[in-house]
Amino acid sequence: MLIRRPADIRSSEITPEQTYVNRRAFIGQAAAGAAGLAMAPSALAAVERMAEAAAPPQQVKYADLKSEVGENVNSFEEITTYNNFYEFGTGKSDPSRNSGGFRPRPWTVAVEGHCAKPGNYQLEDFLAPQKLEDRVYRMRCVEAWSMVVPWRGFPLADLVKQAAPTGNAKFVEFTTLVRPAEMPGQKTRVLDWPYIEGLRLDEALNPLTLLVTGVYGTDLPNQNGAPLRLITPWKYGFKGIKSIVKIRFVDEMPKNTWWVTNPREYGFYANVNPEVDHPRWSQGRERRIGEFRRRETLMFNGYAEQVAHMYAGMDLTRWI
Amino acid sequence: MRATRVVLGLKLILWLGALAPAGWMVAGFFLDWLGVNPIEKVTHVSGMTTLVLLLLTLAVTPARRLTGWNALIQLRRPLGLFAFFYAFVHFSVWMVLDLGFELRWVAEDISERPYITVGFTAFLLMIPLAVTSTKGWIRRLKKKWTRLHALVYVTAALGCIHFYWLVKSDVRLPLVLAGAYAVLMGSRVPHWVRRGRGALPRA
Repeated sequence: MLIRRPADIRSSEITPEQTYVNRRAFIGQAAAGAAGLAMAPSALAAVERMAEAAAPPQQVKYADLKSEVGENVNSFEEITTYNNFYEFGTGKSDPSRNSGGFRPRPWTVAVEGHCAKPGNYQLEDFLAPQKLEDRVYRMRCVEAWSMVVPWRGFPLADLVKQAAPTGNAKFVEFTTLVRPAEMPGQKTRVLDWPYIEGLRLDEALNPLTLLVTGVYGTDLPNQNGAPLRLITPWKYGFKGIKSIVKIRFVDEMPKNTWWVTNPREYGFYANVNPEVDHPRWSQGRERRIGEFRRRETLMFNGYAEQVAHMYAGMDLTRWI
Repeated sequence: MRATRVVLGLKLILWLGALAPAGWMVAGFFLDWLGVNPIEKVTHVSGMTTLVLLLLTLAVTPARRLTGWNALIQLRRPLGLFAFFYAFVHFSVWMVLDLGFELRWVAEDISERPYITVGFTAFLLMIPLAVTSTKGWIRRLKKKWTRLHALVYVTAALGCIHFYWLVKSDVRLPLVLAGAYAVLMGSRVPHWVRRGRGALPRA
């Protein structure tokens, strides 16, 4: 996978003219429900980052994007109508159905804990210094389904460096908003609110780790974690905490919500690992949404090259 | 007679209600309303329908004792057979569509995933009940038929466990169904006590 600064690649450079011309036909087919089929082989493969945010939006055809190994991206509909966000209900279509009343603006984000430059930011100020970019990542849910998603965001590492964590900062803890009036799922006790997630500092600094503000080149829909969420593509989806209001540098391993809920089944690391089954189902295979046959799950969700070194020497059957 | 008419009406509702989920799934397949993971959707709908129909089957006898309308017993066989029909759909979708007939995976799931082990067992136990549901078998098996069909208590219990074990954290609905099972079984206890200890319960 290529990790490049966005300036390295202009979308006009990586989109061959032929593909670009054919796009209209493709978009027409996609509109007719043929998305994902009839995709012309394209030089887009192996390119993960597509365009800088500054590019005119019509130059990026998100439905044409591919993962670094040439997988088609899932449709906007698939990504926005089928996901988990227990704040809006426990069913897979609950988030899209129940998040209409959620107001992600105005929004504040607190950066605190063991860092030299803590702060309380309006979202606009929080994002102002960051350079947004599009990246296509696989998303593997702990429930054994998966998608390929064109996210828009910026490396968490950029924020971490700006916050200047002190030597005591060993982990980063994230907290989701609590607002039961707009998040109806929070009126129940299915999870211990607020939702908490965490990363080890080196995981937070890994170039793959993104703070995400958009999908398909547009702002995150409410159901996908508006206005700010985490994406760690080599970990199960529940690590991707949504609607973040607090980012805290801490010295102890954060007690993430699913681990608290069921420590036997969910760990802190939650690295995608086909060798270690969930106690109740196999993690060796997954259903890619839109595909009929299950496919084999890859170690670290196919990102081993970028992340495996962080876990060298760790017993991954113990540190689930 | 009023009770007979009521039972006739209930039969009509039963057939319409029991066919509705199947109709919804077939229509949804063609009209594309099963969502982006249709295999999962069909699995869930068929499984849930099976469990609800099993509980309704178990509700017939308490309802009959409560109302004194013995004609209600006519609802029990169609309810049970519809439950088996949906269990068969559920099982087939899982084996054929979800696992693509990979028998290696089927065997692994059944042997290694407790919720599938109990679900599969529940399905197996329903087969002899469906087969022996005809008048001929009732006549041939006589008292043994009643004993054999007490297996439905086990099947429904396994069904409730199957559902409870597969959810991640939201156990509210599984608990509601398990609670209904407990109430329906509990309502039989006074009757069993009256019939004397040691005797096998009547369905």
